Amino acid sequence: MKYLFDSLTANWNLSPWMTTLALVLWVVVITAGVLVFMATFAGFTSWVERRIAGRMQSRIGPNRVGPFGGLQWLADGLKCFLKEDVIPKATDPVLFRLAPYLVFPGGFAAFAALPFGYGIAASNIDIGIFYITAITSLVVIGILMAGWSSNNKWSLIGGVRSAAQIISYEIPGGLAILTVVVLAGTLNMHELVVAQGGWPWHWFIFRNPFTFVAFFIFFASILAEGNRTPFDLPEAESELVAGYLTEYTGMRFLFFLFTEWANVWVISALLTTLFLGGWQIPGITDLGATIAAATSLGKWFWVLLSVAMFFIKTSALVFLVIQIRWTLPRLRVDQLMIMCWKYLVPMGFVTLLGSAIFLVLPREGAWAWFHLSVQGIMTLIGFAIVAGLIGRAWYNIHALKDRISLENWL
Amino acid sequence: MNEIVWEGGMAVPTKLDDLINWPRKNSLWYLLFATACCGIELMQTGGPRTDLDRFGMVFRATPRQADLLLIAGSITYKMAEAVRRLYDQMPEPKYVLAMGSCANCGGLFQRGYSVIKGVDKIIPVDVYLPGCAPRPEALNEALMTIQKRMEKDHWAQRMKIDSEKLAR
Repeated sequence: MKYLFDSLTANWNLSPWMTTLALVLWVVVITAGVLVFMATFAGFTSWVERRIAGRMQSRIGPNRVGPFGGLQWLADGLKCFLKEDVIPKATDPVLFRLAPYLVFPGGFAAFAALPFGYGIAASNIDIGIFYITAITSLVVIGILMAGWSSNNKWSLIGGVRSAAQIISYEIPGGLAILTVVVLAGTLNMHELVVAQGGWPWHWFIFRNPFTFVAFFIFFASILAEGNRTPFDLPEAESELVAGYLTEYTGMRFLFFLFTEWANVWVISALLTTLFLGGWQIPGITDLGATIAAATSLGKWFWVLLSVAMFFIKTSALVFLVIQIRWTLPRLRVDQLMIMCWKYLVPMGFVTLLGSAIFLVLPREGAWAWFHLSVQGIMTLIGFAIVAGLIGRAWYNIHALKDRISLENWL
Repeated sequence: MNEIVWEGGMAVPTKLDDLINWPRKNSLWYLLFATACCGIELMQTGGPRTDLDRFGMVFRATPRQADLLLIAGSITYKMAEAVRRLYDQMPEPKYVLAMGSCANCGGLFQRGYSVIKGVDKIIPVDVYLPGCAPRPEALNEALMTIQKRMEKDHWAQRMKIDSEKLAR
């Protein structure tokens, strides 16, 4: 958001010293804003997830604290601060204390490059997506450190499992990202979104059959990287007490959990940005030009609309990720590795190659129609799959003579 | 208690103690630990009928993150060692609920050679819940009793008292 700072301070005639100071203040304000967003989102999602889990298990879920239990996350968080801070004698005290502080920035720093709307990103760096894949790897080090320093067999197994899982799944994930990057020709998150369009057939997911597959590869890999079910082997409570978290108490434990919830947003935001058109508004071909032509009030309208588009898509994906968590059983370790190395990695290479072939095909004359019809067909297939799933759910609900009820939320 | 009760039943804390106790009682995580048939009732209590998640109670598999030790079932002399150890591993402030007759006094097995006559012989118990086995509703009420106790407790004092007990 440096451009906003420049436009704000342009008329102030600040000396170089003052500009530096103002810039530092600006960075602090932006960081605090992102941190507040991350904290509230992580907490709020934990409540939403527990409510959804309750609904799926014929329960109610937290409903005692605040309106509809909406402040449950606040109670959980404050309680963790009030607990005793236990550091077992047999642990490696330095590594044990350091681990949460490595995991936390790994999740937090990813927020810096996420485009929340047109020009609404903490930092619009040119290697945005590369930066995010690199910085989220910091989580592995923290988790492995936590597992090792706890001096506990469950922690160690959990930590090593997590490291193996995250490092393995970074390869298909990276290949799926490359598939998109090849099409857009840039690593910049902003330009990745600009390369797509508002309507579904402009999105990268429906660009050609290979990106459609790449979307699912990326979804699976990034769920595994975020340690979400069905890939939550590192903290499988039925086999490893609580995995690498076993020895952590109170606030330190909270840091891990907090990062995990915040990661759900990063997962969904990345999927939205790379495959689902990001903040693009349907019907607007060039949002940048539209904003440049608009009045000062109109500028705000368009920017807020783009933010709203991004939030709608990302929230829908967050909802989907939660649904997946409470629907699918956990994978076994060997199944996890087989899925990655035998299926996802080769498929990732195929999607990369196929997508590259689509890129070199000519775009003139009759070929333009070919590209358009491929996009149209892929969109139809995608919507047919979604419609099929909804129809199936509808049929099952009616076959049981049940009804769709939102009472749980009221 | 100086509390303002909203129509939703939520209490707004007006004293520092209340402010400290409010999150504690609304996020009572219990240890996933059951030794006998009371454990079945405990699982049932977490189920749809008496949904413990409503009160913000979730189970944690590790004692390090638990606030409440639920002794569900008879404790043998061999198990007593493990129970004591689990209790010691829990961070302060911690609460213990003895569920069912076996945990209270040995119950059906109190003439047995191998069963401990009440779990309070090895760890301090906050709430005793009679029954063999207590129904989920009863357990629910016992847990709410613990919540009420937390409301009245002084957090700092609780931390200190338990540390003294540990030193003994």
